[in-house]
Amino acid sequence: MIRGSMMLQGLIRTFQLLAIAAILAFLLAPVLLVFPISFSADAYVSWPPSGWSTKWYVALLENDEMLEAFRNSFLLALYVTVLTLLIATPAAVALARSTFVGRDTLISIFTAPLLLPSIVLGLAILIIFVGQGLVGTWPGMILGHLVITLPYALRVLLTGLGTLPMFVEDAAGTLGAHPLTVFRRITLPLMTPALVATGALSFIVSFDEVVISLFIAGTQLKLLPVSLYHYVESRTDPLVAAVSAIMVLGTLLIVLIMERAMGLRRTVAK
Amino acid sequence: MNTVSVNENPFGRKLVLACLLPILLVNIVAFMVPVLNLAAMSFRAASSTGSLEEGITVSTWLGLFGDGYYWSMVGRTVWFGILITIITLLLSYPLALFVSRREGSLKAFLVVVCISPLLISAVVRTYGWMVILGDQGVLPSLIRASGFTPPRLINNETGVIIGMVEILMPYMILSLLSGFGKLDATLEQAAGTLGARPFTVFRRVVLPLSLPGILLGCLLCFVLAVSSFITPKMLAGGRVSLLATEIYDQAIVTLNWPLAACLSVLILVVFGAALVLYGRLSKIVE
Repeated sequence: MIRGSMMLQGLIRTFQLLAIAAILAFLLAPVLLVFPISFSADAYVSWPPSGWSTKWYVALLENDEMLEAFRNSFLLALYVTVLTLLIATPAAVALARSTFVGRDTLISIFTAPLLLPSIVLGLAILIIFVGQGLVGTWPGMILGHLVITLPYALRVLLTGLGTLPMFVEDAAGTLGAHPLTVFRRITLPLMTPALVATGALSFIVSFDEVVISLFIAGTQLKLLPVSLYHYVESRTDPLVAAVSAIMVLGTLLIVLIMERAMGLRRTVAK
Repeated sequence: MNTVSVNENPFGRKLVLACLLPILLVNIVAFMVPVLNLAAMSFRAASSTGSLEEGITVSTWLGLFGDGYYWSMVGRTVWFGILITIITLLLSYPLALFVSRREGSLKAFLVVVCISPLLISAVVRTYGWMVILGDQGVLPSLIRASGFTPPRLINNETGVIIGMVEILMPYMILSLLSGFGKLDATLEQAAGTLGARPFTVFRRVVLPLSLPGILLGCLLCFVLAVSSFITPKMLAGGRVSLLATEIYDQAIVTLNWPLAACLSVLILVVFGAALVLYGRLSKIVE
């Protein structure tokens, strides 16, 4: 009797583990399957591939539009990341280290763009940008991306600053250090992990952003996610799988940086 | 906001203002002004050529409310949102519970595995689903190989729902994990020791304690499902029209900005309703 119930329990446990494995496979399937497809020798996406080759990676290197889009997206993400850090860091320190009326309201206003669906935000920015001639321009793209990277950055930096010991800064201040010296010599070094996590998050958010870019990139300025989206609309060859595989590996690198710096969960938690 | 009064902080008032000025400028120029302008745009009208007509009018709103096409679109969008949220919850809950019960580096690894898809571009993940669900894709080929006729899985509602569920799972898992933080294994053990059967322990102890996380995850998923545009567009091939895809079509293809603005406000109304419901339910739970 006891042995029977133990066997039943073992059976239930095995079944549970199988179910968990199946759910995990469902979650990871689309990300993992682009790898074998990217090495397909076929002219279109089919399973299983009739043969293996690296021809789609070669095709990618010969595809000028994709290369230009990749270069643009990389540069854009770089500019946006640098500007995000330059703008959000002083703001976060000021908000975390001073108390004034309306401070919480200001934080809510600064993080509000994250509450708005990006389709609505994209449309709203498009209508203003068309009037100002900013569509398809670098300043316009950078501004459009800053709207979403800044709230993320502010949130991560405020979380990071919240865990820093304030008394060290206070002590330096008491000993006569100028506020800027305190910031440069004490606060900045202490918040390095938060800055690294913020930089990584800003870069990936900007590099991956597709909805706002679709609205304001126009036709002149090619960006990778937008080019991929348009490519898939008309063709279904494994070229996109090759790009996707590279993007997944790049994202993995970003994930590792975040996990090391501040912990992935604390960085992306809503 | 003009009454910024700084008391006992290492920064002077001017320095605080200087620190906040750049972020405030970006916020005003590229967020507040565009959003207010969008709301105003919904009270304009587009002529048949796509240019804006002079003057303020409610005719675009009236046209929207008078057209049954848009009513059924709102209904379909909300229904999709609910369906996707429920399936996402059912799949995420066991996985999140499993992860929350591991310890040490295994748990850290599993958390990273479950959450990192969040950072992979939606275009890439949706393309992955096109590879899996497409007519020559992985799943139909496997079904054919086992001697069955595969159902159509792409360019219809089934594809959109499968893709959206997977895209939203990391958000749900993240919310559930933070909810499980309150869950104490000793409580379950106590209930078990006192003779409660595993299912009773789950129903009476685990489930009630994880309800706040469930509610938060559902709010997040519903709101994201309702406003998602890339995944429905790529997996439905234009055959399923939802609020978000219609906004894009009206704004980019038809160039009817006032109508797109009205539909945007409509999405925000759905958001507001979800938030109110969330607030009510949270109070009941606590």
